Amino acid sequence: MGNAIAFYVISALILGFAMLVVTTKNTVHAVLFLVLNFLAVAALYVLLTAQFLAAIQVLVYAGGIVVLYLFVVMLVNLKRPPEDHSAPQRRPWLGFALAGVVLAQLGAILVWGGAGDPVDPHTMQNSDLALNNVERIGMLLYTDYFIPFEVASMLLLVAMVGAIILAKREL
Amino acid sequence: MLLSAALFMIGVAGVLLRRNIIVIFMSIELILNAVNINLVAFSYQLQNGVGQVFAIFVIAVAAAEAAVGLGIILAFYRNKETINIDEMNLMRW
Repeated sequence: MGNAIAFYVISALILGFAMLVVTTKNTVHAVLFLVLNFLAVAALYVLLTAQFLAAIQVLVYAGGIVVLYLFVVMLVNLKRPPEDHSAPQRRPWLGFALAGVVLAQLGAILVWGGAGDPVDPHTMQNSDLALNNVERIGMLLYTDYFIPFEVASMLLLVAMVGAIILAKREL
Repeated sequence: MLLSAALFMIGVAGVLLRRNIIVIFMSIELILNAVNINLVAFSYQLQNGVGQVFAIFVIAVAAAEAAVGLGIILAFYRNKETINIDEMNLMRW
């Protein structure tokens, strides 16, 4: 019961902050709302017994990526806001309608799709995913998913080199 | 699941509606977060750690994407003095 209440409160926070991120005019405010959104998502991960992922979320998203965004927002100091002059061929209501239609489709699939009765996690025996979360994820990551792990590290290396080359003024 | 879908749709609406490319990138982060919530929710439901492992990969890819994307924004801003996507028609045929 307490879990359900916490879930709905956190969900409301996530959706509210996401709406604010998308609708706020001031870009710096949008970035700050993005931090709050990421923290709420981290809280949801804790609720879903993914403590390690929650820590990663706070470190990487709320710590790293958001600082990166803030740097860019500060560097690109806006003399004129991009929203001021609107191109006539853009139709904002069309975007809203499109998003609403797809949301309705997804909701219909979830409601009438017949996903079957979900297994109640609390009745299951092996609930050690919550207790030994880091251990379980570490075992999976370094045994079954070792090659994807290495590929991800290569991707990060390539992205780092690429970002440096793109951001340099001249090579 | 519905939370994930709704967050995903907010992200998609952000990509479609805004003209500030930085806000568009933040919307993409929202979409990736929605995917992560979905993965972790299934991981919780099935009591299987694989979903969380995949969520970690998604986070890594999101970090790489943010770094490269923001690098591109900076390079573009230096050349064109704008971050309005309507004026980014350099590669238009």
